[in-house]
Amino acid sequence: MALALEIQGLSKTFGNGFVALKGLDLKVEEGDFFALLGPNGAGKSTTIGIICSLVNKSAGKVKIFDWDIDRDFSRAKQCLGIVPQEFNFNMFEKVKDIVINQGGYYGMPRELAVERAEKYLKLLNLWEKRNDQARGLSGGMKRRLMIARALVHEPKLLILDEPTAGVDIELRRSMWEFLKKINQAGTTIILTTHYLEEAEHLCRNIAIINHGEIVENTSVKSLLGQLNREVFILDTKDKIHHCPEKLKNYTLNIVDDTTLEVEVEKGQSLNALFHALSEENIDVVSMRNKVNRLEELFVSLVNQANTEQSAKAGGAA
Amino acid sequence: MKAQEQARAFMTIFRKEIRRFLRIWVQTLIPPVITMVLYFLIFGQLIGQRIGQMGGVDYMSFVVPGLIMMAVINNAYSNVVSSFYSAKFTKSVEELLVSPTPNYVILLGYVAGGIARGLAVGAIVTAVALFFTPVHIDNIGLTVLVVFLTAFLFASAGLVNAIYANSFDDISIIPTFVLTPLTYLGGVFFAVDALPGVWQNVTYANPILYLVSTFRYGILGGQAEVNVLASIFGIMVFVAGVFAYAMYLLSRGKKLRT
Repeated sequence: MALALEIQGLSKTFGNGFVALKGLDLKVEEGDFFALLGPNGAGKSTTIGIICSLVNKSAGKVKIFDWDIDRDFSRAKQCLGIVPQEFNFNMFEKVKDIVINQGGYYGMPRELAVERAEKYLKLLNLWEKRNDQARGLSGGMKRRLMIARALVHEPKLLILDEPTAGVDIELRRSMWEFLKKINQAGTTIILTTHYLEEAEHLCRNIAIINHGEIVENTSVKSLLGQLNREVFILDTKDKIHHCPEKLKNYTLNIVDDTTLEVEVEKGQSLNALFHALSEENIDVVSMRNKVNRLEELFVSLVNQANTEQSAKAGGAA
Repeated sequence: MKAQEQARAFMTIFRKEIRRFLRIWVQTLIPPVITMVLYFLIFGQLIGQRIGQMGGVDYMSFVVPGLIMMAVINNAYSNVVSSFYSAKFTKSVEELLVSPTPNYVILLGYVAGGIARGLAVGAIVTAVALFFTPVHIDNIGLTVLVVFLTAFLFASAGLVNAIYANSFDDISIIPTFVLTPLTYLGGVFFAVDALPGVWQNVTYANPILYLVSTFRYGILGGQAEVNVLASIFGIMVFVAGVFAYAMYLLSRGKKLRT
């Protein structure tokens, strides 16, 4: 499988001495739906900035579909579409002009740019607003406008930096469906997000970045497989007053009269749990994870990396 | 990016720039006309009649080329500085920076927009001047060449200013403290030989004098105040220097890329 993105030894030290990236390596295969996660200030946006040449790297190589961004600048750029975190269009321009002009900057004939602008503005439900100034759009519409603009030259790799930040749930889900469709149609997608549910729902592979280094890079499935325990919340039909005898193999907490919190270790079966509940005549009316599974792993990996970082800093001192 | 694609990118920037200054025509095209009408009335008609002749012609005819040139300089400069700085401020310049458009196409696109506004305002001011005095162009080739090079020079300089600017205040510093004094003292309103000795030497050190005087010579003919060929060569050197510097700043990503 060809690589959509290949990053080798990417480093960035800003003028004030802050080291944002420390020799980062990353590979994303063609056709993948890839999540780049990390806490604020981890280096996600700097990495994206370097890929799209808004940030000058200090060292390392970046290739987009095997085109080096330094030596084959133009070809690399033709393969790339960017949806940044912040709105970066002229608020006084008309919606359709923003998209059509972007096509022009990629060397597209105007007729084709007009055609594509119509296609993507319709797909993203912005066609009705095509003649409005961008400043009149809602926050969600502005985000969709940036997606339409990034797609006008139909890039093979689309990078979205927190595309659903500040977007309501309904709109977020419709954006997920749209992104899934264009990924199924062959576009490789890399996204950064703080909504771990989003990464779990959309992405096949994932990299977690912290302090400018990749701390985990694997498939979402295998990452979730690393979970040693899960905590479930069970809502019961009847009141529970004491810890049931048959559930002594589980770490149990009675949250309130009708709510149980159960820790299930890796290897323990949910069937056995429900069997034990049935034997105790406890009817469960609903069940859910206490926290998002990926969130739990994310927090644990980032904490681990932070501890290692502090230990290194302590050792150096 | 192929040559044809670069041409499309250039046309996109150029078209956008033209649309921008036409959309806000009340701010871009009307004020220079009002200012120039006032200059024609006050300096040309009222004061000019008392002055009589300047540089061998009546004062109104003398001042018209200088005022046209002043309008071209100010508008070519301010178009690029305000447009490019606004793009930087709103981050919409990133639309171009992430695209495959080469830096020289970005530069040419913005400069072409500045030239277009400079020449448009120059043409309007010329048309207004016709209400006050007949304008006969002695050497059309030289006149067009000088006005074009001047617009090119100041549009490029506007981009340099926009790159360095950190706030909207910074885009008015050069026009206020450098361009306006140099223009006023650059032979727009007076002939150099009307000044006392030492001030003549000071005025010859002002580059705007060579632009205005060569342009005036192109329109009025007669005796040039400066060596015309040397002036054209000097203007071309300035154009090449400022354009190359703007290109250097763009390539380095000065204040555009972190």
